[in-house]
Amino acid sequence: MTDIATLERDVLVAIDTAADEAAVEDVRIAALGKSGSISALLKTLGGMTPDERKEKGPQINGLRDRVQGAIAARKEALGEAALEARLASERVDVSLPVQEGPEARGRIHPISQVIDEITAIFGDMGFAIAEGPDVETDDLNFTKLNFPVGHPAREMHDTFFFAPDANGERKLLRTHTSPVQVRTMLAEAPPIRVICPGRTYRNDSDQTHTPMFHQVEGLVIDKSAHLGHLKWILEEFCKSFFEIDDVKMRFRPSFFPFTEPSMEVDIQCSRKGGEIRFGEGDDWLEILGCGMVHPNVLRNCGLDPEVYQGFAWGMGIDRIAMLKYGMPDLRPFFEADVRWLSHYGFRPLDLPTLTAGLSS
Amino acid sequence: MKFTISWLKEHLDTDASVAEIAETLTRIGLEVEAIEDRAAALSAFTIAYVIEAKQHPNADRLRVCMVDTGAGEPVQVVCGAPNARTGMKGVFSPPGSYIPGKKITLGKGVIRGIESNGMLVSEAELELSDDHDGIIELPDDAPVGQPYATYAGLDDAVIEIAVTPNRADALGVAGIARDLAAAGLGKLKPQAIQPVRGSFPCPVKVTLDFADEDRKLCPAFALRLVRGVKNGPSPDWLQSRLRAVGLRPINALVDITNFMTLDRNRPLHVFDAAKVRGNLTVRRAKAGETILALDGKTYTLTDEQVVIADEHGVESLAGIMGGEASGSSETTTDVLIESALWDPLNVARSGRALGINSDARYRFERGVDPDFTRPGLDLATALVIELCGGEASEIEFAGELPESPGAIDFPWSEVKRLTGLELPQAEMKLALTSLGFHVSGAGDRVKVAPPSWRADVGGKADLVEEIVRIAGLDRVASTPLPRIKGEVVKPVLTVLQKRTRLAKRTLAARGLVEAVTWSFISHDQAKLFGGGSPKLALANPIASDLSDMRPSLLPGLIRSAQANADRGFPDVALFEVGQVFKSDEPEGQLIAAAGLRRGTARLDGTGRRWDGGAKPVDAFDAKSDVLGLLSGLGIPTGGLQIVAGGPAWAHPGRSATLQFGPKGVVGAFGEVHPRILKALDVKGPLVAFEIHLDALPLPKAKPTKVKPKLALSDFQPVTRDFAFIVDKAVAAGDMVKTAQGADRALIANVGVFDLYEGPGVEAGKKSVALAVTLQPTEKTLTEAEIEAVGAKIVAEIGKRYGATLRG
Repeated sequence: MTDIATLERDVLVAIDTAADEAAVEDVRIAALGKSGSISALLKTLGGMTPDERKEKGPQINGLRDRVQGAIAARKEALGEAALEARLASERVDVSLPVQEGPEARGRIHPISQVIDEITAIFGDMGFAIAEGPDVETDDLNFTKLNFPVGHPAREMHDTFFFAPDANGERKLLRTHTSPVQVRTMLAEAPPIRVICPGRTYRNDSDQTHTPMFHQVEGLVIDKSAHLGHLKWILEEFCKSFFEIDDVKMRFRPSFFPFTEPSMEVDIQCSRKGGEIRFGEGDDWLEILGCGMVHPNVLRNCGLDPEVYQGFAWGMGIDRIAMLKYGMPDLRPFFEADVRWLSHYGFRPLDLPTLTAGLSS
Repeated sequence: MKFTISWLKEHLDTDASVAEIAETLTRIGLEVEAIEDRAAALSAFTIAYVIEAKQHPNADRLRVCMVDTGAGEPVQVVCGAPNARTGMKGVFSPPGSYIPGKKITLGKGVIRGIESNGMLVSEAELELSDDHDGIIELPDDAPVGQPYATYAGLDDAVIEIAVTPNRADALGVAGIARDLAAAGLGKLKPQAIQPVRGSFPCPVKVTLDFADEDRKLCPAFALRLVRGVKNGPSPDWLQSRLRAVGLRPINALVDITNFMTLDRNRPLHVFDAAKVRGNLTVRRAKAGETILALDGKTYTLTDEQVVIADEHGVESLAGIMGGEASGSSETTTDVLIESALWDPLNVARSGRALGINSDARYRFERGVDPDFTRPGLDLATALVIELCGGEASEIEFAGELPESPGAIDFPWSEVKRLTGLELPQAEMKLALTSLGFHVSGAGDRVKVAPPSWRADVGGKADLVEEIVRIAGLDRVASTPLPRIKGEVVKPVLTVLQKRTRLAKRTLAARGLVEAVTWSFISHDQAKLFGGGSPKLALANPIASDLSDMRPSLLPGLIRSAQANADRGFPDVALFEVGQVFKSDEPEGQLIAAAGLRRGTARLDGTGRRWDGGAKPVDAFDAKSDVLGLLSGLGIPTGGLQIVAGGPAWAHPGRSATLQFGPKGVVGAFGEVHPRILKALDVKGPLVAFEIHLDALPLPKAKPTKVKPKLALSDFQPVTRDFAFIVDKAVAAGDMVKTAQGADRALIANVGVFDLYEGPGVEAGKKSVALAVTLQPTEKTLTEAEIEAVGAKIVAEIGKRYGATLRG
């Protein structure tokens, strides 16, 4: 009895004082190994009488179990300590900066973003996107659009021309996206619903004019489209585009050679501290021109104005981008300054949709 | 076009306020650009009487005045003006009023111990003049309490409107009044003009010397002499009107012509008859003829221009500007007044060619009222006689007035058809007749004859515009446009439009920043990138470096990258998706997508960093961008060939052409050629790519959106590595393809995991290590089967490239 108690005390002390897992293993082998001290005791059980075994068996097995338990506990404790030590040694300085990922650096130009916004709105109303060349003929840019040769309205366009060809005809850079309307009417049968976004050019440069800019025009041709529909479309567009619940618009009679009646449209706004807000205030800001397609234009495009009718409108993409997002100056749009692009540009996955909202 | 309210009221009987007039003008299409209303700015200042002015007890230079302002008890005011005295009348400014000349709002105050409740003001303080020597003194009969601005006649607001090119009739105050009357803002005053009877024949005869086809250049020309006039300053009413709209009064004769221009849109010219030799001929100029015009400049003419000449030569540029030699002056006693009609197009062209912008040109090129040629002359004659005296001759009239165009057949229903607005016929008819249109017939369809001053009205749509602008566009109700069919819209974008959008998003997601650069670049740059054709060179570029349509997006991007570097941002990644021009035909315009990286602007980061980095960009960054773009666009790249060597802009040894077969070149990538960098004055490292989105293969139309069935293998893939020694010139990409071809069924992927040149490898050779992944589909491979595939790869590559396995 004393032997067993002594042995247990000695082994447990050895376990407790073992410095590492290897030392614990040494103790285990010395006690529970093939020729270990406890294994030797266990072997004596076989030579005992049943009575002896009944008495000694539980003592010796108990000893073995307690030692096994102590070894496992000590091993776990040492393992924990070793892991702690490893973790402590593996510490990194998480305050070190990481590189900004490409998704954080890339930008979409405001013009592309606004074209996507416009497309989302008019796409929902069933408008297709029509495009045409920047290098146009005089006929499509002016004559078909009812600009008489030599008319002052033609001069107001500050056109860029190319050198005349052998026939004396000179091509030009389109001064508006209206030739795309003509191309559409010449190519397609009504009903027509298109918007025509694109680059346009005028020989003019100051704070609010650049020789290249962007326009979007819209065209609806069928047998019943009238001014009331035009008003509705423009009101819905402005509400949706500027993301406001209500918008007050003012239609003023105006003049364009290719529409009759013609109108300019102002939108009600307030200007506080240099910021323009729509849907409030008592200022008016001109944002677009529009009108019923001139009968001469319809005829020039092979449509009978007694049968077909429709309307068109046009506005500056750069301008409405400036109004919505507050860029004060037009010129930096085309200067590719990464500081400007990073600030006013849009993140790669800021996809404008009507369901999620045009802007985040 | 500027005019004053009082001028307007000469033609319009109205009680409307300035604000109402302005609002109405804008509503009917005569957009108000500015209102200068001094009465409103000075409304706080009233006429006051100084009951008593006595010395300030504490200041020698100040006086304490008791002032009757006409409103209640007298007010005590401390005043420092030397002329403040008992019994005078002046202008009182109450506390709270804004003093424009001092830019302050006046408060109550105590000055040297004496309370002051306002101020007596000087002209300088009201910004009426520079006179600040003393306070304003008014005559004894000035009514106390009345606003000073009204008393002083300063309440005549000046309105400036923008007149669209079609509305020549609104370039005269009388025409503006007509529009306002039609809009219900008052009553048009009768404007009957009495012909002035001539008491002798006009001594100067007029010949219109034109070939038949040129008659339109001057359809009609009226002239008369007024003899015995006494020219001199015009009366105050005329001078103040001209001044109010920004014109300088000169003398009565000139002022009358300016007045006729502004009041009636009837430009006239006056000659000093004493300086005109013989008769007048209206003709095309002879090339090389010159004229010293009234602006003091000499113009050399061509036969494109029309002139009025006497025996001396050219005396006047038709419809544009008179000549100095025969101009009127203070000493003129006999004056010839001309009222003519000119061809708008010719006036516009001539004015542009000569660079003259005059009020006359502005009006003639928009079109004046032909029927007013003679009445205009009569009215001017009457004014000359009224202001300068004299005796008028009969009118010498050459040519004839053009016939008025026929009436327009007009169904009233046209208004509703085009605008959706239903108006009573009576209202529509009233709108037209009050604008001077003649409506004949009754019922649903009438004949409408436009007045002579509305040459812009030629069809039904024009009449609709007239009716609706007078009725008010605000009455047109907003009407939802029904969808053409169905409720859920169909996709509307074309493949190219979708690819353009997707290309932008894909490149931005790779960390590139989208630029929008000019469509035109310099001629030299265009040539460097394969452009510069004369057909794509602008005849009138805005600047010499913006002269040619771009053949590529790269010059603009490369220059932009350098501009950013010059601003202190050397590591930039830019892209643009936009049009490039191969010819001046529509099909010569392509959509390109290009990107570049400069400095250390790599996909995984930019610049120096604690974990490495600052590696300069190389051709593989551009390759990664362009392949990433194709992948983002969903273009199957199975057939894509990457052929070493790119276009002229690229480093020949560090670039490649991307093609789907030899005729299917879609673009290129690589390092920018050092020669290009030098020519564009740009520093590298700079790598770039450009592809044409139009050139990419179109997706195949499929009956359904079902994706191909996914075949997954139950057996594990096995990877084996092979390191080959080959000549440096052998393309690793070719070795990969060969390895893949060794067993198409089994080999799922071949990667290059190591590339080595240097010690241990013979000079002129390199070590290329391939990792080949085998994917069994039917059973686990035995070692022997794996060995067999490996042996085949080694044999094929060995045979084809002279490669040996690295020992």
